[in-house]
Amino acid sequence: MTTTELGYATPEAQRAPVVKLYLGIGLLVFAGLMLVGVLMRAAQGAAMLTLAPDVFYQLMTLHGAGMVGTAGLAALAVNWYFLSQHVQLNPKIFLATLLLSLVAVAMIVGSILLGHFAAAWTFLYPLPAFSLGQWSKGAALTFVGGLLLLGVAFLLVYLDMGVAIVRRYGSIARALGLPMLFGREPIDATHSPTVVASAMVLIVNVAGIAVGAIVLIMTMLHLIYPALAPDALLMKNLIFFFGHVFINATIYSAVIAVYEILPLYARRPWRVSRPFLAAWLAVTLMVLAVYPHHLLMDFAMPPWMAIMGQIVSYASGIPVLVMTAFGGLMLVYRSGIRWDAASSLLVLSLFGWAAGIIPAVIDGMIHVNLVMHNTLWVPGHFHFYLLLGVLPMVLGFASYLCANGQQGRTGLVAVAVYATGGTLLCLSFLVSGALSVPRRFAVHEESWQWLGNVGALSGGIVLIGTLMIALPILQKLPRARLASTGIGARA
Amino acid sequence: MMHISILLISLLGMVFIAAVFAFVVLNSGPRDEDYGGISTRGYIIRRWWMIGLCAAGVLVSVWSLIPFPLQASSAESPRIIQAVGRQWSWELASNSVEAGEPVRFRVTSQDVNHGFAIYGPDDKIVAQTQAMPGYFNDLDVTFEHAGKYRVLCLEYCGVAHHAMVTEIAVTEKH
Ligand SMILES: [Cu+2]
Repeated sequence: MTTTELGYATPEAQRAPVVKLYLGIGLLVFAGLMLVGVLMRAAQGAAMLTLAPDVFYQLMTLHGAGMVGTAGLAALAVNWYFLSQHVQLNPKIFLATLLLSLVAVAMIVGSILLGHFAAAWTFLYPLPAFSLGQWSKGAALTFVGGLLLLGVAFLLVYLDMGVAIVRRYGSIARALGLPMLFGREPIDATHSPTVVASAMVLIVNVAGIAVGAIVLIMTMLHLIYPALAPDALLMKNLIFFFGHVFINATIYSAVIAVYEILPLYARRPWRVSRPFLAAWLAVTLMVLAVYPHHLLMDFAMPPWMAIMGQIVSYASGIPVLVMTAFGGLMLVYRSGIRWDAASSLLVLSLFGWAAGIIPAVIDGMIHVNLVMHNTLWVPGHFHFYLLLGVLPMVLGFASYLCANGQQGRTGLVAVAVYATGGTLLCLSFLVSGALSVPRRFAVHEESWQWLGNVGALSGGIVLIGTLMIALPILQKLPRARLASTGIGARA
Repeated sequence: MMHISILLISLLGMVFIAAVFAFVVLNSGPRDEDYGGISTRGYIIRRWWMIGLCAAGVLVSVWSLIPFPLQASSAESPRIIQAVGRQWSWELASNSVEAGEPVRFRVTSQDVNHGFAIYGPDDKIVAQTQAMPGYFNDLDVTFEHAGKYRVLCLEYCGVAHHAMVTEIAVTEKH
């Protein structure tokens, strides 16, 4: 790090404590919500457990909202930690975001468990107002208000990150590397991939959350004044734009862990280049433009949007498959890398992301969507992204920070257990989708139930793997001196 | 069978990616200090990989989008059947259809979003569209075989979402 770098960076002692708090809470919540997921799959299997439909749909809402929110916060911690090496961030604001988020979580959990709110995390308008007695208007308002507060919490820290980036780099566009990409400035090999990714996340997620806030407020107004009923198709567009962007931003934030840590292991640099910058500009635009692939079965949408949805859906996979996954593999090839919990989790995360693109792109085709839309195919592809992509990025980051990745043989076994369970779970979803098993069904027909049981068992394996990785980290976390330097040579 | 080919193509793609990862992981050592050499060769592979992906994308897009898959069927004056979803039941203007008869389901909802999905006698989805308040979506279907078809709701709509089922009896052609 040069002296100018140090001048901009957040002081080391301030960076660690809040990140530790995020990780500690995040890992515990992930494990708890995995258990909820296992219960849902087991209920669909009907052999080990039965749940009343109202309880099932409450758990489904909890699992969805909880996982999306926690993935968002954990990925934010990765992003904040590494960005703070390059710009001066305010740890107090970062802490305030966490505290606000916890209030939001209390509202969301309360509305579900006490208020019986169960309109799924997507709160698809006008369902929150049509519970037919299952939940009250107050419960719906509390849930929607909780999501809104979570959005405000994110915007708060994004504001700090944006200001800090502009202070150092002049503009978000310059942080994204646009002047270098278009040849107005020479390629600066010291420009960090972390800064590029942070700029992309800021652009898309501020847009996503802003739209989310609009649709949440409209939903609240509709709950309070039912006569004020906005157009259902418009609301659907806004909700899926928000949801798609927000969940995608988690992976584009968390991948920073791969950019920062994998090079230390491989002892090779991951530098920005013109193709790298072009790829990140492309994903910035495509993440914003691809959401109509969620609306392919809404024939009232203009055909050009469906066509754009299908084409952008395919195109947005290319930068990942060509730049990030391929770049990671090039880094690892004949590097003499030390395989430990952290490095194997990070490589697993690239695999999960790359592999998940295939069922996603295929489902993004209108022909396929006609028979796969809203089947379990959909959770199949996004569990690849999230369970085998985002989460291993976060776990790899935590393992590296707290234990320098050295969790011994148990660490590697844990990763193998996790990867096996995760892959089986995703496959149980994909096979279910191919057999036309609907998603979001509390009760499954007999011929589908074996897949629910396979899913529950696989989910159990994932949970065991997660605990094997996370418990030693959680033990060390309070006293861990966060690793800020390189990895030693191969042990 | 379309559903199974979709699954097999996806699995094939994922196995390919897994194989590439396995190859690299198995060849992660011993260390080659000449990263410049590795990246030069890597960039050549990457370029062809990129060109291949783009070419495949163009081919698949053209093949799958022309003609536009959601276009109304060319059948002249199909039989129109109104289909209304509400929490938690379907109301079809008619529940019986003849095999080979072009049918246009005119789908809407009275309350929240529902998904109108037709399941064949083999319990696989034949076609679907969304049922939305304030909109009519036209879904053209020609049932090829006689038998018991079912309509399931594929958009989560509340506590009895999974029980929102009705039947369509498809009879042999007269
Ligand atoms: Cu439904």
